[in-house]
Amino acid sequence: MGMSLQTVLSQVMLGLNNGVFYAILSLGLAVIFGLLNIVNFVHGALYMLGAYVALLGFNQLGPLLGRPDFHLNYWAALLVAPLVVGALGVLIEKTMLRRLRKFDHLYGLLLTFGLALIIQGVFTNYFNVSGDAYDGKPEVLSGVVDLGFMLFPKYRVWVIGISLVVCFGTWFVIERTKLGSYLRAGTENPELVKAFGINVPLMITLTYGFGVGLAAFAGVLAAPIYSVSPVMGSEMIITVFAVVVIGGMGSIMGSILTGLLLGMVEGFTKVVYAPASGTVIFLIMVVVLLVKPAGLFGKEA
Amino acid sequence: MNRFVWLALLALGLLAPFAVYPVFMMKLLCFALFAAAFNLLLGYTGLLSFGHAAFFGGAAYVTGHLVKNLGLTPELGVLAGTLFAGLLGYLVGSLAIRRQGIYFAMVTLALAQIVYFLALKLPFTGGEDGLQGIPRGLLFGVIDLNRHVTVGGTPLPLALYYFTFALFCLGFGIIYRAIHSPFGQVLKAIRENEPRARSLGYKVERFKLIAFVLSSALAGMAGAMKCLIFQLASLTDVSWHTSGEVVLMTLLGGVGTVLGPAAGAFTVVTLQSQLTMVGPWITVIIGGIFVVCVLVFRRGFVGELGRLLRRSL
Repeated sequence: MGMSLQTVLSQVMLGLNNGVFYAILSLGLAVIFGLLNIVNFVHGALYMLGAYVALLGFNQLGPLLGRPDFHLNYWAALLVAPLVVGALGVLIEKTMLRRLRKFDHLYGLLLTFGLALIIQGVFTNYFNVSGDAYDGKPEVLSGVVDLGFMLFPKYRVWVIGISLVVCFGTWFVIERTKLGSYLRAGTENPELVKAFGINVPLMITLTYGFGVGLAAFAGVLAAPIYSVSPVMGSEMIITVFAVVVIGGMGSIMGSILTGLLLGMVEGFTKVVYAPASGTVIFLIMVVVLLVKPAGLFGKEA
Repeated sequence: MNRFVWLALLALGLLAPFAVYPVFMMKLLCFALFAAAFNLLLGYTGLLSFGHAAFFGGAAYVTGHLVKNLGLTPELGVLAGTLFAGLLGYLVGSLAIRRQGIYFAMVTLALAQIVYFLALKLPFTGGEDGLQGIPRGLLFGVIDLNRHVTVGGTPLPLALYYFTFALFCLGFGIIYRAIHSPFGQVLKAIRENEPRARSLGYKVERFKLIAFVLSSALAGMAGAMKCLIFQLASLTDVSWHTSGEVVLMTLLGGVGTVLGPAAGAFTVVTLQSQLTMVGPWITVIIGGIFVVCVLVFRRGFVGELGRLLRRSL
């Protein structure tokens, strides 16, 4: 097997590229889980929705408005998609999830599973399951960068960079600012925080909106790399669940690092034994459950 | 429950193929058993497995392979499929019970995904096509399961139907006995208050694992039956959609009721067969039912009925 350092490094870089998606998505799940105590099954579908906002904004919005030459450009999509999906999230939280707060947490999982089926079903009905290509990638991000050991697409460098900024930015806000301290306090003891005059229900709603907004942001980033398809989210979410089980949802930094690390491990597996690369994360999950059942950064649910 | 109700249901099951399209009726029985097996975990032990398709579909593949390629008789094929699902359940269960609550659901979902990958990649599974044209064969080497009996001008596959019905009764009986035994009482205690059950000296992990193995083996039996009826084991059988469907059936009928999962399975399967013209919209409808059910109808049909009649059904 020709396993030069160069092959390994380039696969690990490509793996890191997947890893940032795992990181953003599991980060969103962790933030939502922290405050709402639910596993947001619809996260994958909203990631897919984000990608479709970019795709449709670029292809369809212009003709729809009667101006065929209008395209919602990539940078605008990066802003619009999280807002649209975040607003949808606020709606979901206010009309549905809120009613389930006093029941078993499993109901939250089931409800969001149903929502995921609805969203995915609607898109499967209108779009090709094998996917559509997104043509809105900005000129400035096309081409390659010479990393010394390999030529790496400029766009992927951008994705890795901006994702790390978003992830660590979120970590900073939650762990190091006053706003974040409210959130963390709300996670620990919502009743007490309420007694201090903080509007906890609003905080919960906005947190959910923010969490799913992150998923939509990841969806836009993914649009130019992967083909945009109705099933892109459901394929992603199961892997992300495994990532979350490995890392544990108790820690923001934990979920970011686990996501990045597992992406790289997956990339490395492609070099060593390609057929296993699809399952390696699940196998790692098995090992973690055997060795450290609470997860790498875990505290129990 | 009242003995007359059981006798009426038994009679209904025996006479059903003369009134309803038999293949449809057999499909109902498969999914009713699948949901009842699932309910043993969710309803009576409080464990939400989101990967039960692995046992249902896994057994379908094993039974299909053994019957088709190694010439096993159908009853041995079903037995092998059931045992396989039980063994797989032991492996998955041992891992999954190491985590609680929501994590348990995610672990089972992720482990089921490994089974899905195997079903896609292993040499004997037929990849994307699945296993097709599985023969039904001779029951005990004697009774031809393909034989149709003509009743009033319509040929009916009675041999296959009564084989299916007998297996269903066996599986359902096992579940009923388990729920109404001291073992079942311990499961309910774990569901209501796990630390308390532990402090009373019950080995909670062992009980959970036994329940998991029993549930997965019976889910496997349902899958093995399905594989003989449709002569097909496919990726759909092991996919997370199927895992989700069985959750819905149980929820819709009534979590933690004896008859609920069967009622839920009847509803969902009937809907699916009546709504074939809506195509992909069926997923949307199923999702919508899920949402409504969780929001306003958490007890399910049978649960609500039981509340009206003030008894446990």
